[in-house]
Amino acid sequence: MSLHLESEPAARVGPPRRGRHGTPSQGRSFRSWFDLRAMPYALVSPYFLLFAAFGLFPLAFTLYYSLFKYDLTGTVEWTGLGNYTKLLADSDFWNAVVNTVAMFAIATVPQLLLALFLANALNKRIRGRLFIRMGVLLPLVTSVVAVAVVFTQLYGRDWGLINWILSHFGVEKIDWRAERIPSWIAISTMVDWRWTGYNAIIFLAGMQTIPKDLYEAAAIDGASRRRQFWQITLPMLRPTLIFVTLISTIGGLTLFAEPTTFYNGNVEGGSVHQFQTVAMFIVKEGFREFNYGYAAAAAWLLFLLILIGALINFLFVRRIGGSK
Amino acid sequence: MMNNPRRGKLLAITAVACLGLAAAACSSSNTSSSGGSSSAPSAAAAPVEIVVDTFGGGSNFGYKNAIEKWNASHTDIKIKEDHRTDQFEQEFWPQMIQQLQAGAGAGDVVGIDEGGMGLAAAHPEWWTDLSKYGLAGREGDYPAYKWGGGKTADGMLFGLGTDIGGMSVCYRSDLFKKAGLPTNRDEVAALWPTWDDFLKIGAQFQAKVKDTKFVDGTNTLYNVVLVQEAAKNGNVMYFDKSNQLIVDKNPAVKTAFDFATKLTQQNLTAKMRNFTPEWSTGTQKGAFAVLGCPSWMLGVVSGNAGDGGKGKWDVANVPGDGGNWGGSWLAVPAQTKHPAEAAKVADYLTSTEVEASIFKDFGNMPSNSKSLADPSVQSATNPFFSDAPIGQIFAKSAAALQPVYLGIKHAQVKNAIESVVQGIDDRSIPFDTSWQKLVDDAVKAAG
Repeated sequence: MSLHLESEPAARVGPPRRGRHGTPSQGRSFRSWFDLRAMPYALVSPYFLLFAAFGLFPLAFTLYYSLFKYDLTGTVEWTGLGNYTKLLADSDFWNAVVNTVAMFAIATVPQLLLALFLANALNKRIRGRLFIRMGVLLPLVTSVVAVAVVFTQLYGRDWGLINWILSHFGVEKIDWRAERIPSWIAISTMVDWRWTGYNAIIFLAGMQTIPKDLYEAAAIDGASRRRQFWQITLPMLRPTLIFVTLISTIGGLTLFAEPTTFYNGNVEGGSVHQFQTVAMFIVKEGFREFNYGYAAAAAWLLFLLILIGALINFLFVRRIGGSK
Repeated sequence: MMNNPRRGKLLAITAVACLGLAAAACSSSNTSSSGGSSSAPSAAAAPVEIVVDTFGGGSNFGYKNAIEKWNASHTDIKIKEDHRTDQFEQEFWPQMIQQLQAGAGAGDVVGIDEGGMGLAAAHPEWWTDLSKYGLAGREGDYPAYKWGGGKTADGMLFGLGTDIGGMSVCYRSDLFKKAGLPTNRDEVAALWPTWDDFLKIGAQFQAKVKDTKFVDGTNTLYNVVLVQEAAKNGNVMYFDKSNQLIVDKNPAVKTAFDFATKLTQQNLTAKMRNFTPEWSTGTQKGAFAVLGCPSWMLGVVSGNAGDGGKGKWDVANVPGDGGNWGGSWLAVPAQTKHPAEAAKVADYLTSTEVEASIFKDFGNMPSNSKSLADPSVQSATNPFFSDAPIGQIFAKSAAALQPVYLGIKHAQVKNAIESVVQGIDDRSIPFDTSWQKLVDDAVKAAG
């Protein structure tokens, strides 16, 4: 209302509207053109300038140098697609791909299911709702490295809490960092501990946009709670599901901090790379062995892997809740 | 759409301000860097801070006391130690290479392990020529190989030797007693004239003591045997003197690897990799009773074990006698703003008195021959290691010490091989294919 009151006298007092038609002032018409056409671009430009500097440029730069044999301490030499063919034949690279995809699957599937379940529970009328919702989000505010350091101690072979507990059930000491699958599980629990709550809150936000009358109508028709979840909540949640799945795919396939911290900040990921991810492989090649070109090529293959992963998940999630 | 000219003007100003801010953000780095360089000459009045980058576990380079002493008596130059990490090949050195190559980020004085010296010598552009600051005269302080190691291929002096490895075995006398073995260091040394005897004693120990393993892991003793064998095989290790990879041809590597395999096959290892947090904790908690100990390892062990370990540890002669593992140099990067002051600090930290006192306080054996000849070094004992006469033990191996050629890519190859040596210990590599894997991974790392 106040806006309305202000703008009306301004229009009546000044003669700008008539003046614009009367005098052909070049400056003013430029300003009005600038205001109408260019201003929106100028206002959004800071983001795009930053993106160009820190996103697009490195991307193009990486692509360019992936075509060279570029050794930090040596020379730069054109190899064309040589780095890519070498990578596709490199068993260490494929090992890293398998580790990454496996840890992504072990971490993400239970994580999203648990998050969905949590969100559904939090969406009900319960006591201390706000408190519980905040609590679910709490792990997210701790630093990744702090989480990884604590979990690494829990998973210690000789003095770790988890092996100590397992020993009461007659389980032999598990060498969490030497055995492949235990190491994947250990790292997946770190990821899940930190991200389940976050995804639950996103799901919860999505659930709250679903109109209540749908549930009321379903209840009147005699649909059970479970039926309501499958027939109403899940289909209506599809856009949120797609978002969460894409974000988790990107996060899962670029996993780095947890497995690195799990091996004392070492990007080898175990004595025979039991849990070395592709991101760790890139850092190892680029910043431990200084094969910049090779690391750049690996980074582009990771990008492709993420695209493929995201596409598969997108197609998969789109089918959830039947087609419309 | 209501077109209010006043609002338009406001928006235009906001937009210009936004762009202006972005521009300021870009240009601010220029102003700050020019400010930095202009303040450098005027900083002469305030004390110059010289940062010394070090690595290694426990008391590492042992500079604590020497730096305190310097800072108490100097007002013009203050020394600050930046101990970056325990690990050299995988952490300290790659980071340092990047900083040297980028021309920013390295300290004013940096420590370099022998494994990095081949690459360092191949890059004279990284370093300050120390002879410009009057340090060429230090030549008489050093044995020829240590002095020569600090020169680049074209003869520029860039590094001053700090310590040398030497060799001994550290052992827990209280645990030896528990196993019914002798505890006196001379008797212990007599138990293992050869490495086969060492394995036999290990089996005896393990039969009596269940909750403590005989040795820490495969890697420490692999390196001890490797340096001894390298000295018998032409003083080369992973590369020959023309920088060709000889991992599969050098019998020293195979002998050391076979020994490591026997250690783990006979279940004598606590399966801990050296210089990891578990290994440090293992030292403290008594997870193992014996450790291959070059002189600098004494400081690592006492630092990791803490006061609780004092008097429990002792030092004995190593099976097979002698060997040199490790030893470092100090160099002044070309990027330092204070090369003269940094050279002074490097000179001080490698001086006869300081190297002698570090040996007495922490155990790192001097590479400075004058410190070695010092009677106080010869008669030095180490209270942490049950007053072991470390002067006698290490001086013997120092006299026979021969430099082993390491090569430019030594650090990468060493890293790859030690992963395999660890892999046989944690059973992720089967024994029948382990040697082939070691050779393959070494070839890959040598690129």
